Amino acid sequence: MLSAGEAWRDCFKAFYVHKFRAVLGKNRLIFPGEKVLLAWSGGPSSSSMVWQVLEGLSRDSAKRLRFVPGVVYVDEGAACGQSLGDRAKTVAEMKLILQTVGFHWHIVALEEVFSLPPSVLRCFAQEPSGTKGAYKAAVDSFLQQQHAPAQGKEGLSQPGTQDPQNPSAPPSAAQTEAQPPIAAQTEALSRLFNSVKTLTAKEELLQTLRTHLILHVARTHGYSKVMTGDSCTRLAIKLMTSLALGRGAFLAWDTGFSDERHGDVVVVRPMRDHTLKEIAFYNRLFAVPSVFTPAIDTKAPEKSSIHRLMEAFVLRLQAQFPSTVSTVYRTSEKLVKAPRDGSAGGPPGPRCLLCMCALDIDTADSATAFGVQTLHLSQMQPPTPPAEAPTTPCCSARVGGAQGCCQGAGPCGRQDPRAHVIEQLCYGCRVNMKDVPSLDPLPPYILTEAQLRSQRAWVLQELQEYLIEDSDDEVQTGES
Amino acid sequence: MPAPPCASCHKARAALRRPRSGQALCGTCFCAAFEAEVLHTVVAGRLLPRGAVVAVGASGGKDSTVLAHVLRELAPRLGISLQLVAVDEGIGGYRDAALAAVRRQAARWELPLTVVAYADLFGGWTMDAVARSTAGSGRSRSCCTFCGVLRRRALEEGARLVGATHIVTGHNADDMAETLLMNFLRGDVGRLARGGGLGSPGEGGALPRCRPLHLASQKEVVLYAHFRRLDYFSEECVYAPEAFRGHARDLLKLLEAARPSAVLDLVHSAERLALAPSARPAPAGACSRCGALASRALCQACALLDGLDRGRPRLAIGKGRRGLDEMGPPGLHRGQVQTPASEAVPSF
Repeated sequence: MLSAGEAWRDCFKAFYVHKFRAVLGKNRLIFPGEKVLLAWSGGPSSSSMVWQVLEGLSRDSAKRLRFVPGVVYVDEGAACGQSLGDRAKTVAEMKLILQTVGFHWHIVALEEVFSLPPSVLRCFAQEPSGTKGAYKAAVDSFLQQQHAPAQGKEGLSQPGTQDPQNPSAPPSAAQTEAQPPIAAQTEALSRLFNSVKTLTAKEELLQTLRTHLILHVARTHGYSKVMTGDSCTRLAIKLMTSLALGRGAFLAWDTGFSDERHGDVVVVRPMRDHTLKEIAFYNRLFAVPSVFTPAIDTKAPEKSSIHRLMEAFVLRLQAQFPSTVSTVYRTSEKLVKAPRDGSAGGPPGPRCLLCMCALDIDTADSATAFGVQTLHLSQMQPPTPPAEAPTTPCCSARVGGAQGCCQGAGPCGRQDPRAHVIEQLCYGCRVNMKDVPSLDPLPPYILTEAQLRSQRAWVLQELQEYLIEDSDDEVQTGES
Repeated sequence: MPAPPCASCHKARAALRRPRSGQALCGTCFCAAFEAEVLHTVVAGRLLPRGAVVAVGASGGKDSTVLAHVLRELAPRLGISLQLVAVDEGIGGYRDAALAAVRRQAARWELPLTVVAYADLFGGWTMDAVARSTAGSGRSRSCCTFCGVLRRRALEEGARLVGATHIVTGHNADDMAETLLMNFLRGDVGRLARGGGLGSPGEGGALPRCRPLHLASQKEVVLYAHFRRLDYFSEECVYAPEAFRGHARDLLKLLEAARPSAVLDLVHSAERLALAPSARPAPAGACSRCGALASRALCQACALLDGLDRGRPRLAIGKGRRGLDEMGPPGLHRGQVQTPASEAVPSF
């Protein structure tokens, strides 16, 4: 970039755009005509992503992007302590940009999680369309439709969907108008976040709720893919953070290109080959609009959460060893989405209530870190009321004996609703819940689904000896 | 303000709070709990079968001293016999003092002690000689790379000398957590694939190794040593400040401050990593020179010593390993991949 003139600018742009296309093309997950929801936070990475999609769709070359985009923005102001006035201002700025972009947009407030249905936590089977042959067939049929004059727009668009070939047309009625948030829900959300004791747990909870909300928007409006703007730098930091949070089992899903844990809606990360530096540079050079929104940890001191610590550490180390980020990123590519050893081929195990990954703990874990944690957890549990004490000798903190009993659905477990929920969480989510003293402020869909699952598990256990296991059923094995 | 009663025996006054759970315990109950947990780790993980002759890698430091002490207490219950093996790397001013501590402690325990020296095993190469040989290149010395590899070999030799069937080392949960962080930061996929479990079962004729303390946090190890009044050597190796592990250690301290369970959470992550089959380590073969376990023609110890003998100490470092660029002298060796100084404790 030392020579004068515009040539290097074009080179950079070509390189940048090429990376975006290459990531999508290499993985071949996005089918032509598919509805893809772009998760936009207003920040530089997701803004750049939206811009790439906009440019990619409007080009007239043969290699045009072919999917049907929508944009979702989640207003998290209530969790960050922003006033309604500030939030309204931000939303107005967002709307301006969204109108320029011209895709369908959906603006939702985070407090709407209080209206979510429990079904959002369930994993639905994906349409069997993922094979390479199917992809090629889909592309061929798409091209045929393009060239057949009589078909025109009908073959592509679904009722109420905007025509992707005409992005400047006014958005149709299928998008979500920004409703003013309901005061009771806003208050409930504030109460929830104020009750969480550490910033780390708040950050994790925020991410969880945001994911559920976006998933819901995607399902309701027929989007089968969600794109997030995570950059290479962010993903490297996220990987290290996930390690520290006990999520080592799920790294491939948390940081890989595609995340299919929800089944019918797949999350993809097309910006994962771009570093934050490149993105900032591109946005500046080509005037990509973005909006600054304060996050939950804006202005928080560096040592206040695992996330902040890890970010500061990685960026500092990067200054000394300039290939740190790319090294971590390359290591992340060697991770696979593997089931627990020994359970491959068997019925799918239970999934975490909150993060929806397959549970990474079971009763065989007495010699591992999990075993040590539960030992301490059971020692930490508040003294059981006198009425229960005589029937629960197993709840004492005996080494080796503490394993499994405090988590079972036996007589002692049934009295404690918190234990119900905790036992359905993966290791990482359990550690987070330690910082949430009471489960009451959680949105109702979580508690309802937890109740449903533990009922079902208990019923299954009762009927174990009479049931004939059929591998086609979506049965939970009832153990956790 | 009087101390609260012990939460376990309810009789004695509490003398400490357990770092992770905050539970107040008296000294006796804490030590008993600590020992019970180590016993549980060994039994549940099936680490040491009855009748095993266990070589304890005793360095004189807090971890191996605590390990030896606890295993000695548990030996009758586990049905094992213990042998202490100390390694003399030839680091002046550091190792001699540590060995003195080991000797004192061994006499108190009445356990047999065998000392193996690098100078004897590796043709006169002490760590000080290695440091001199690798110094002056303008880059970091990578002393710890040599020491780690050679020490494992020395431990293996010492264990065989005393007829041991298993080797145990005092790595604690903090060490495991640091190693995980380090391996990711340096992209060491091979080590990630091998480590993280409870030890190695011993392929290709190598003795099975395990780490009974790997679920005990460092603070608790120190507390145990304090309450049992154990005599150990607590200074840092003179070459340690150069190690990359220092970065991981600093990070771990910060993480622990933000979330006390961070150490165990990292150990849990390490246990649950899923790596691609292509990332798995190469199948075990035998070294063409000494016959020890090796994934290439020469085992790492022989390769390192070879480099030293030839006057090219960095010969076996960086070859076939993906390392991070270091800030070397400008203009020199640009584009050449160099590894930074690595761990101060043996790699797993």
